Amino acid sequence: MSTITNSIFSPETAARFDRLVTLYPVKRSALVPMLLYAQDEVGYVSDAVVTEIAERLDLLELDVRNVLSYYSMLRTKPAGKYNVQVCTNISCMLRGGYEILDHCKHKLGIGHKEVTADKVFSLEEVECIGACCWAPAMQVNYDFHDNLTTVKVDEILATYRAGQGKDVK
Amino acid sequence: MPTLVSHPDEVKVISRRFGQGAADIDKYIELDGYKAVQKAIAEGPDWIINTMKASGLRGRGGAGFPTGMKWSFVPKQSEKPKYVLVNGDESEPGTCKDHVIFLHDPHAVIEGTMIAGLAIGSKMGFIYLRGEYRYLLKIMEKAVADAYAKGFLGKNIFGSGIDFDIVTQSGAGAYEVGEESALMESLEGKRGVPRIKPPFPAVVGLYGGPTVINNAETIASAPHILLMGGEEYAKIGSERNGGTRLFGISGHVERPGVYELPMGYNLKKAIYDVAGGIKDGKKLKAVVPGGSSCPVLLPEEIDVGLDFDQMGKAGTMLGSGGIVVLDETVSIVEFALRTIAFYQHESCGWCIPCREGTDWIKKTLTRVYNGGGSKKDVANVQYLAENMMGRTFCPLGDAAAMPTLGFVKKFRKEFEDYIEGHKAGTPIITVEQLVGAH
Repeated sequence: MSTITNSIFSPETAARFDRLVTLYPVKRSALVPMLLYAQDEVGYVSDAVVTEIAERLDLLELDVRNVLSYYSMLRTKPAGKYNVQVCTNISCMLRGGYEILDHCKHKLGIGHKEVTADKVFSLEEVECIGACCWAPAMQVNYDFHDNLTTVKVDEILATYRAGQGKDVK
Repeated sequence: MPTLVSHPDEVKVISRRFGQGAADIDKYIELDGYKAVQKAIAEGPDWIINTMKASGLRGRGGAGFPTGMKWSFVPKQSEKPKYVLVNGDESEPGTCKDHVIFLHDPHAVIEGTMIAGLAIGSKMGFIYLRGEYRYLLKIMEKAVADAYAKGFLGKNIFGSGIDFDIVTQSGAGAYEVGEESALMESLEGKRGVPRIKPPFPAVVGLYGGPTVINNAETIASAPHILLMGGEEYAKIGSERNGGTRLFGISGHVERPGVYELPMGYNLKKAIYDVAGGIKDGKKLKAVVPGGSSCPVLLPEEIDVGLDFDQMGKAGTMLGSGGIVVLDETVSIVEFALRTIAFYQHESCGWCIPCREGTDWIKKTLTRVYNGGGSKKDVANVQYLAENMMGRTFCPLGDAAAMPTLGFVKKFRKEFEDYIEGHKAGTPIITVEQLVGAH
C-alpha cells in the first residue's frame, strides 16, 4: 500500500518507491534513482512525476528540478519507445562510432535527441558508455550492443521494430 | 555482451573467476568466495589494514592513493556512523574494467565492501553504479539479495555479532559524479558537484560521517589480498605498486579487451604482444595511456612500465588503466577536439576556470578544425589549459587541461600545419555533428 494517495505510478513502482525511501539514513538519497525509475515507467520526467517525487521525499519541486537538470540521462520530454544511444567518445570514434551514428540518423531519418514520427525510435549521441574495448557500441533501452557494424545496427533496429528487442529497464 | 580475452602474460588475481559463472553465489562460494571476509572477522581491523598496507595496493580509480593508508585515516571513534562507498561510476573515456567486474564477479565487490567495513568499523556500505550500467546494477542487486538470503549480510554476519548492510545505488548520467565528493553529493540526492577539501571523506564524508570511498576494482581486490597475503600480492607488481591491474586496451589494436597484467608491465608489450599490435598493420601514432585525461605518449615514449610512478616519470599518468591506441590515420587536431568536447560537456560548472576553460578550448579548436584558425590559436589553447591546472575544486579541470597540453605540446607542428591547410589524418567528425551533440 503506497503512502501516497492517487500515485501516478503503477502499484509495483509505487511499492518500490515506498521501500526505496526506507533504505537510506536520509530520504532524499532516493532522489536520483527514483527520477530514473520514474522516467523508465512514464517515458520522461513529467511535471506530475516531479510533484509526486517531491511529495514522497518532502522536498520542494524546485529541489527536484534542480537535481533533474543536472543528470544527462534524465529528460523532460518523451523519447521514442526505443531510445538508441550511440557512443562517439574516443574509443568508439576510433573504431567507427561516427559512422554508426550517421547510419542511425540516415536509417531512422532523425537527428540527435529527435524522435521518429511513429514514436518508435529516438536517437542520441552519448558520451562514453563504458564499452571501450568492444567498440563501437550503443545502448537501446539500457541494453548494450557492441562490436557494431552498419549491418549489425540494421539487424538490431529491425529486431526492436518487430517488438523483439531486449529492454533491460 | 563484452567478450573475454586472454593472454599468457596475464596474472589472474582479480579476474580469476571471470567467465566461470561466479555471479551465482554458490559458484562464488565454491571458488573461495566469502572466505576472506570470515578471515577478516577472525583477525580483526588492525590485521586487515596492515595486510592492505603490505599489499601495496593503490587506488585503481586513477589517483593511485595507497588503499591501506586510506582506510587507516578513518578515526576509530566517531559520533556519526561511518560508511563504505564503492565508486562504480566508471565513466573516464577508454575505461571499461569495472564493467567486467560487475558482470563476472559481483560478489567480490560485496565481499570487498564488507572487508572495508570491518576495517574501519562501519555498518553500512553503498555500491554506486553509473546509470548506464542498468544491467550490471541488476546483477549487483541480485548478488546483494542472494548474500542477504544466505545470512552473509544483515544482522550478526557470520556469527560475529557485527551487522553490515549494503545498498546498491544508480546514478543518472554524469561524469563528474565519478569524483569522490561529487559522488557523495549525488548519493545524498543532490547535483553532483564537488565539495571543498579538506575536510577529506575519511573524516567528514557521506552524511557527514567518516567515509572510505574506493573504486570498485580496488574494493574487489581486497578479498584476494586477504586470502593470498599482502606480501604475496605486493610481489606480483613493481616497486611501490603492488599486485595486478585490469588494463582495458582499446582503439586501433588487433585484440582490444580487458587484460589483467602485473603492475609495472611494459606498455609497449601490452600494445604489441598482449593486444596483438596495431590494427591492420598500420603504424602507431600515439597512445593515451590511462583514460582520456592522461597526457598523450608518442611511439618513442611507450617503452615504459605500467605503474603509477613510472608513468609519472614519463610525464603522463597510469590513470584508470584505459589504454587508447591511435594509429597513423588519426588527426590529432580532431582527437584533441573530441576529447575537450567531452570535458566541456561534463564540466559541472561549479568552478569558473573549468567551465570557461573547457568551453573556450572547445570553441578555439572547433574553429581550427573548421579551417578558420590562426597561428595564435595554438598558443591560446595552451594558455587556457595552463590556467585551468590546479585552479579547480576537483580534478575535472586538470583532467581536461592535461591531455590538451599534451596534444598541443607534442603535436604542435600538426596543429600549425593544419591551420596552414596541410591536414594530417582522416577527419571523421562533421561540423554539424559537433554542434548537435555538445
